[in-house]
Amino acid sequence: MLIPHPLLGPRDAQEFTYLGDAALIDRPDGLTEPEKFHDYAYLRDNPAGVHKELWFHEQGDRSWLVVTRNTVTHEILGAVLARDTARGRGRSK
Amino acid sequence: MAEHRLTPLAPLGHAEPIEERIGPVLIAERTDVAMASVATRRGWETELAARAAQAGLPLPPPGQAAENAPWGSFWLGPEMWMVEAPYATHEDVAAQVKPALGEAASVTEQTDAWVRFEVAGPLKPLFERLCNIDLDRFAPGSATRTLMEHLGVYVIRRAEDRMTVLGPRSSAGSLHHAITVAARSAF
Amino acid sequence: MTEVLRDTSGVLTGQDAAPVLASQPMRVTGGLVDRSRSVRFTFDGKSYTGHPGDTLASALLASGVKLMGRSFKYHRPRGVLSAGSEEPNALVELRSGARREPNTRATVAELYDGLEASSQNHWPTLAFDAMAVNDWLSPFFTAGFYYKTFMWPAAFWEKLYEPIIRRAAGLGTLSREPDPDAYDKGFLHCDVLVIGAGPAGLMAALTAARAGARVILADEDFALGGRLIAETHEVGGQSGAGWATSAVAELAGMPNVRVMPRTTIMGVFDHGVYSAVERVSDHFAAPLAGKPRQVLWRVYAKRAILAAGALERPIAFADNDRPGVMMAGAVRAYLNRWGVAAGKRVALFVNNDDGMRTARDLMARGVEVVAVVDPRRDIRRQAGLPHMLGVVTGTTGRLGLTGINVRRIDGREEHVVCDALAVSGGWNPTVALTAHQSARPVWDEKISAFLASPNAPAGLIPVGAAAGAFSTHGALASGAAKAAEAVEALGFRAPAADLPQAEDAPVRIAPFWHVPGKGRAWVDFQNDVTVKDVKLAHQENFRSVEHLKRYTTLGMATDQGKTSNVLGLAVMAELTGQSIPETGTTMFRPPYTPVAMGVLAGRSRGEEFKPTRLTPSHKWAEERGAVFVEVGMWLRAQWFPRPGETTWRESVDREVLATRKAVGVCDVTTLGKIDIQGTDAGLFLDRVYANTFSTLPVGKVRYGLMLREDGIVMDDGTTARMGEHEYVMTTTTANAVPVFRHLEFCRQCLWPDLDVQLISTTEAWAQFSVAGPNARALLSRIVDQDISDAAFPYMACGNVTVCGGLRARLFRISFSGEMAYEIAVPTRYGDALVRELMAQGQDLGVTPYGTEALGVLRVEKGHVAGNELNGQTTALNMGLGKMVSKKKDSIGMVLSQREELVREDGLRLVGIKPVDPAAQLKAGSHFIALGKDPVAANDDGWITSLVHSPHLRHQIALGYLKNGAARMGERLRAVNLLAKTEVEVEIVSPHFIDPQGERLRG
Repeated sequence: MLIPHPLLGPRDAQEFTYLGDAALIDRPDGLTEPEKFHDYAYLRDNPAGVHKELWFHEQGDRSWLVVTRNTVTHEILGAVLARDTARGRGRSK
Repeated sequence: MAEHRLTPLAPLGHAEPIEERIGPVLIAERTDVAMASVATRRGWETELAARAAQAGLPLPPPGQAAENAPWGSFWLGPEMWMVEAPYATHEDVAAQVKPALGEAASVTEQTDAWVRFEVAGPLKPLFERLCNIDLDRFAPGSATRTLMEHLGVYVIRRAEDRMTVLGPRSSAGSLHHAITVAARSAF
Repeated sequence: MTEVLRDTSGVLTGQDAAPVLASQPMRVTGGLVDRSRSVRFTFDGKSYTGHPGDTLASALLASGVKLMGRSFKYHRPRGVLSAGSEEPNALVELRSGARREPNTRATVAELYDGLEASSQNHWPTLAFDAMAVNDWLSPFFTAGFYYKTFMWPAAFWEKLYEPIIRRAAGLGTLSREPDPDAYDKGFLHCDVLVIGAGPAGLMAALTAARAGARVILADEDFALGGRLIAETHEVGGQSGAGWATSAVAELAGMPNVRVMPRTTIMGVFDHGVYSAVERVSDHFAAPLAGKPRQVLWRVYAKRAILAAGALERPIAFADNDRPGVMMAGAVRAYLNRWGVAAGKRVALFVNNDDGMRTARDLMARGVEVVAVVDPRRDIRRQAGLPHMLGVVTGTTGRLGLTGINVRRIDGREEHVVCDALAVSGGWNPTVALTAHQSARPVWDEKISAFLASPNAPAGLIPVGAAAGAFSTHGALASGAAKAAEAVEALGFRAPAADLPQAEDAPVRIAPFWHVPGKGRAWVDFQNDVTVKDVKLAHQENFRSVEHLKRYTTLGMATDQGKTSNVLGLAVMAELTGQSIPETGTTMFRPPYTPVAMGVLAGRSRGEEFKPTRLTPSHKWAEERGAVFVEVGMWLRAQWFPRPGETTWRESVDREVLATRKAVGVCDVTTLGKIDIQGTDAGLFLDRVYANTFSTLPVGKVRYGLMLREDGIVMDDGTTARMGEHEYVMTTTTANAVPVFRHLEFCRQCLWPDLDVQLISTTEAWAQFSVAGPNARALLSRIVDQDISDAAFPYMACGNVTVCGGLRARLFRISFSGEMAYEIAVPTRYGDALVRELMAQGQDLGVTPYGTEALGVLRVEKGHVAGNELNGQTTALNMGLGKMVSKKKDSIGMVLSQREELVREDGLRLVGIKPVDPAAQLKAGSHFIALGKDPVAANDDGWITSLVHSPHLRHQIALGYLKNGAARMGERLRAVNLLAKTEVEVEIVSPHFIDPQGERLRG
């Protein structure tokens, strides 16, 4: 597979480490919403179809990416820096 | 630098770096470049660019390397670069870079984390057996990190016929073996 | 083999006849072999000659050898069926000794001087094979025989059935020696990959290359041209072979083209990634010095043109497997490309017009054609051809064909004497690669064959015969058109197509699959699957294509059913009364043809399986005779034997005692070091560590415990605050990479606006532990600054200089429980520093120690390490529960407090010692209460780490024990059911030495 890195163009998937559902970005706060941690840690989507996933360019620039991929066809619909996704979802400090 | 009584060892384990010519390529271990990473402190992007320009430190865009003697540098990742300078004059390179950039950047010594090979000669037949870089689309001034025989390496194209390969220093022997074996296959 | 031909009467006649060489009786004129040179080779020990340009199969046929192998199951005599990589029959072993390669197709083995080949799957000889008794017993060996026969009892499988089956069934044999050759891997990039160099492929490559695209043209053959060099068609007013030669020459001269003969595209992967195997040295007896035998290329292509041609399919009729029965296209290829006549009296059995072409080609070269048998009623008869409307119902000849039985349409039966039969049941486009990502080929009624699915991988474009365009003109035109489309989509301008003139015969075929009858009619030659086997599968309800394959083995083994799959499917369709598309489709998976394991391994063999990491003191340690141990990719000194020491324990005990008594030095560079900077670095550490770091003063070190989000311990180590916004984190050797990945996840995905920057510095610094009561005395001679306890107390850290001015880092931390420091210098000085420490410390009793002694020291002190951080254990389990701060949010904090994880009576880290000091424990032993059965229900925990303490003079261990903290002094059994050992132990504090930590602070 080739991952379309937003800064570096298409890169071989061999250079990446896979983590899974990009929902891992939405970590609850441990002090104010501890009850949400079970779902955060254990319940993740694994759809047959379009999925947003976290990939780490470990043998490259060490960017975490959010890759939108069809898990059935392996078609990749886009990839962005996870940092930007995180900010877009309201994460900051 | 201060005088001291310790003598260095080159990454391949010899007192001096070694060179080998295989067919048309020269593969040379080099120890005469000092390196430090420079990372932008959050919120200091503009200021860092200004201070680096002031100091003559090039900070190239993604996938690129740049030179401005005595400095050279290449892109490592978002908001991070590797800065190079002659070891003879810049042995404590991090300490020499930091004052110019101040609180705008985090600076970390990297010199001895890497083994450096300068490869000169026809590059394509050799590198197509080593890594997945598309050499036709990797013009002089390009720099990237990729895999070479399971090792994460930086490759920087200095000229049509010159490439720098930086690999983890502890694996200097394995990386050197991979490059020389590929050269014997290719030429 | 002369015996095979004894009863044939045909002789070469006609104006075109070549002088008959005694050694190559079947060689006729023409062809592309270099007749000016001879190549000697052996087959089953007998010498033959051929010419450069021959394959083993063409040279054997030229020499009159028809019998080339024995079939897989019934050991039937077999000759060559095809002239390409689809060959099911002519499997041979090439070369000898360690280079012996079994199951090689003679049809693609390029002849070289000195080639050694031998037939396989027979005993004692190819002509007399005792295992052919299977053929007489064939009624018992029908489909499903093994499943039905070797069912019971299950225990017999491993010891009895499997060895028997393996001996009887296998094909070639392995050399059982390591492969002496090397294989490379590599990476190629192009705009257009053209797969196949026949008319369609050459035209596609020319079109794309002339447009300026980067083109790779790959063909599995050593001679390029595909069918152009196997047929007599003209292209652009010259011979097809001549046109192919000039096309290849033009391509080879272009800088944007890479022409790769002997290169098979094996697989199609996502996003335009293709795997290719280039056989660099297979046409030599041994590779040239330093050169690989083969190269596995990973090809990145924006578009790929599939010009793989088509494969001819057989017709099933009784005894259609005799040596001498060949595909019609192969007969033409041997004739036109290699100048070899398949027989002296040749008959044909065809259902399409290609058969007549074969007859004409043969007759033009003076080979007698005795019958053109065709079941179609509407054939266009050609003058001078011995047409017979009807079918072939059987054959004669044991080791080689002597004749065929023909039943005419009017019912008359007759025997026709011949020594070769050319068969054509039509052509199957070679769409295998289009199915590699699960797109099933679709049936096309017009050509009675499968074509690529419209869902085939994006960017893989079939052309020519592979797309059902069977005429030469059709191939050239579709190659040009599709290549132009492909490059224009990539932004190139394709010049107007310059198509050479070529034949454009329409496809005239009437589907015809098998001749009903009593005898065995072969569908799959390689696996000995007959029409009867397909019928049996149908009868026993194994009717889906996938079941048919598994039940009968149809389409398995080295040829993967290239000639048989469609035929098998058609027979099944007849039986079920369904159409072929209703019955199913054939599927193909990588690799396209068999691949040597060696080329998949590449250079990653033996010591080069993975890279090796050496510590900065490696050279010095080697000089001292250290014994090394692999720790991940690292080689670390395990211990340093001294003259006179005969066991490892002697060395390790000495190293431990010397460290506790004087001073020991150990290379700890392998521990991961991560430089963490930024104004939020302290806050970041508070979140990734369970304990607090923002309060750590500058110049101090703290032990940190890192949890996973599920509350389990991920890693531990020390982190030093080197400056206001500058920390250095240490990780365990094994977790350096995962921890860095995790920190980047936290930084980029969880808290993207924190001002924190990370970079690994593991290899930048050579770091040594200097431990023991004399540590300070030794380091005082090295470090230029004051390191007295007052100036540099326990858990201090800072930048110093050593040996007269070299920059260094000093940390006063201890893993051994002794007063200890870690000193780091730029890696290039690591070797010099360890030598300096040894020289300066001689009078202080300095001793180098390795990882074994390190392990003993830490167990004596009760420090946890990898065995205790096993991915299942919590801080509380380790006795470090209080380190998890609940005042702040940190990774894993919430879930570490789950009810089950904070049970009072849960596992706790304990020390263990044997009641009998002489007793020998086993690591991994489980704790069972005295008097209870050693069963899972009574399992109270286990031993994680076990060492011999030279200090205490008996074994000591760490382990996890239920409710362990409350069970000090209790006696238990440590049971190891695998090693069958049981030792009574006493539970003690895990701190065997200096529990108050007085030595640390001295």
